[in-house]
Amino acid sequence: MSGTVERGSFRLEADLRAAPGEVLGVLGPNGAGKTTLLRALSGLDALSTGFIRLGDLMLDDAATDTFVPPERRPVGLVFQNYRLFPHLNVRDNVAYAPRVQGAGRRQARAAADTWLERLDLTALATRRPHQISGGQGQQVALARALAAEPRLLLLDEPLSALDARTRLEVRAQLRSHLEEFTGPVLIITHDPLEAMIMADRLLVIENGRVVQQGTPAQVARQPATQYVARLVGLNLYTGTLEVATARVFLDVGGTFTVTLGDDDAMASAQAGQPTRAVLVGLRPSAISIYVERPAHASPRNVWQGTVVGLELLADRVRVQVDATPPALVDVSAAAVADLALRPGTAVWLSAKATETEAYPDPGPHHKP
Amino acid sequence: MTFIGTPRARQAPTRRSRQGARAAATRGAIPWPLTIPALLAALFLLVPLAGLLVRAPWVGLPGILADSQVRQALRLSLVCASAATAVSLAVGVPLAWVLARSRARGISVLRALVTLPLVLPPVVGGVALLLAFGRQGILGRLLDEWTGITLPFTTAGVIIAETFVAMPFLVITVEGAFRAADRGFEEAAATLGASCLTVFRTVTLPLIGPSLLAGTVLCWARALGEFGATITFAGNFPGRTQTMPLAVYLALESDPEAGVAPSLVLLVVSIVVLVGLRDRWLTVGPAA
Repeated sequence: MSGTVERGSFRLEADLRAAPGEVLGVLGPNGAGKTTLLRALSGLDALSTGFIRLGDLMLDDAATDTFVPPERRPVGLVFQNYRLFPHLNVRDNVAYAPRVQGAGRRQARAAADTWLERLDLTALATRRPHQISGGQGQQVALARALAAEPRLLLLDEPLSALDARTRLEVRAQLRSHLEEFTGPVLIITHDPLEAMIMADRLLVIENGRVVQQGTPAQVARQPATQYVARLVGLNLYTGTLEVATARVFLDVGGTFTVTLGDDDAMASAQAGQPTRAVLVGLRPSAISIYVERPAHASPRNVWQGTVVGLELLADRVRVQVDATPPALVDVSAAAVADLALRPGTAVWLSAKATETEAYPDPGPHHKP
Repeated sequence: MTFIGTPRARQAPTRRSRQGARAAATRGAIPWPLTIPALLAALFLLVPLAGLLVRAPWVGLPGILADSQVRQALRLSLVCASAATAVSLAVGVPLAWVLARSRARGISVLRALVTLPLVLPPVVGGVALLLAFGRQGILGRLLDEWTGITLPFTTAGVIIAETFVAMPFLVITVEGAFRAADRGFEEAAATLGASCLTVFRTVTLPLIGPSLLAGTVLCWARALGEFGATITFAGNFPGRTQTMPLAVYLALESDPEAGVAPSLVLLVVSIVVLVGLRDRWLTVGPAA
């Protein structure tokens, strides 16, 4: 797909492709345009420019005024709140697609039973949607979409309506069902963990634009925007790299000595230009905190600041430090006690240059 | 929509203990300036019905009901009200859908106009029908010239008069339901391969089922009780256009006692309808 969709004053620009069997995770904050993307792909909204192609089938092409309506697209959509038909039982919900596509009642029910069996839902066949749990509803919605035999499967926040415990269970089931699906799958989510686990590749959308694409590992290591950095728990700074000295002058003030990324883009950039716009990622656990100025032999970045907040995470404390640049620092609870850290405490921060990774700023479109 | 029935949970506590007062307070006590007029209103609505029961000629009732003219009128009433309801369903539900979903200009004006019979005095409706479908009416004349059919003062005329008055009840009830129905289910159906007409048949209509039923009953009951437009447009011919309300009125003219028994029959029919549908009406909602 490549194109733009407009919904009211909202505009989404996207250019993406997914291979058969690939699970593409679409990650983005609320209102970024994730659902708009799904609506365009499923045909509930039309593109204003560009095209959507599925294999050799042109679904939507603004240039030639081609538009295949949703009922004739081989695209399955699992809605965020499932939208199971309340007046039909589980079996008839799953049998709906075969039925409206011309199968006889018995034939449609048989097809539904096959899907129910495959997703281990046979026991629920005669229940009504309001009689099943959220996790089961999610599975039924998936079965219903798959029963239409789509060539592209779209899932809108598939796990967001579930509580934390069922989410783990359903996520594992969903993952295994998706592996059996031969076409491309798009999973929309705002939960980075969900995206990392479920998806082969990630697409990050912010403010109606695609800001980053890559494998979950790439996105987690080198987030392109502040939003992604926060999701994956990184300190992220923009700055200008002075190639000769491997020093980055940060936009918010302060200077870091960095380790240069080894990717090609960086190397070629170094060849031509003495300076370059970069992003610097720094893990909160890679920063050490001191109450007195530390003395070190190895090249380090050391800077001074004031504690403004402390937050207890599962096994550590995240310290928010107001400094130039500001930073989140993870320390042990014991360290908080030893150093008597509390809001207002003056501290020194230190990070090894080897932990401070700089990589090219992918574009000027979204300054953090 | 009309709501009938007293939920049992709201009955006043028999002993006004401290506990009871507290319960009333937390549940939202009803202030006495509202209680008294509310009581008056309830009495006002119930006393005439009680009067009907008290004054009914219970002994002679079987005889009166066996009377061929009463039975004829009852039969005609039921047939015509049902026919009017069927016509209303056939064309009123699509109209309601258009009113609820169309974004065309002037749709709100159309909505106001088609629900006009709700507030129009039925006699005026009858006059309007005569002007339209009467032998000299705009459409009636054409109909007479082309087919030789005349509608006024026929059983078909009764059905037309009743439809005219009762259909808006169905339309507004169903239109509200179409408007409130979750479009998400229709979108889901579309992504599963259902064409618009299939979506309407298999998803939209079943989803508004309770409202459709409520609207149908309202429509039927209104048609059954229709008087003004019927007598104006269709006249009062026993066996052909004389429905129960007309028969009641005519009987009252000659003998005040004679109108009671047919009225009682209409009351019983109404009660049977209400009791039969009460449970379904109380479960009106998306999960029904």
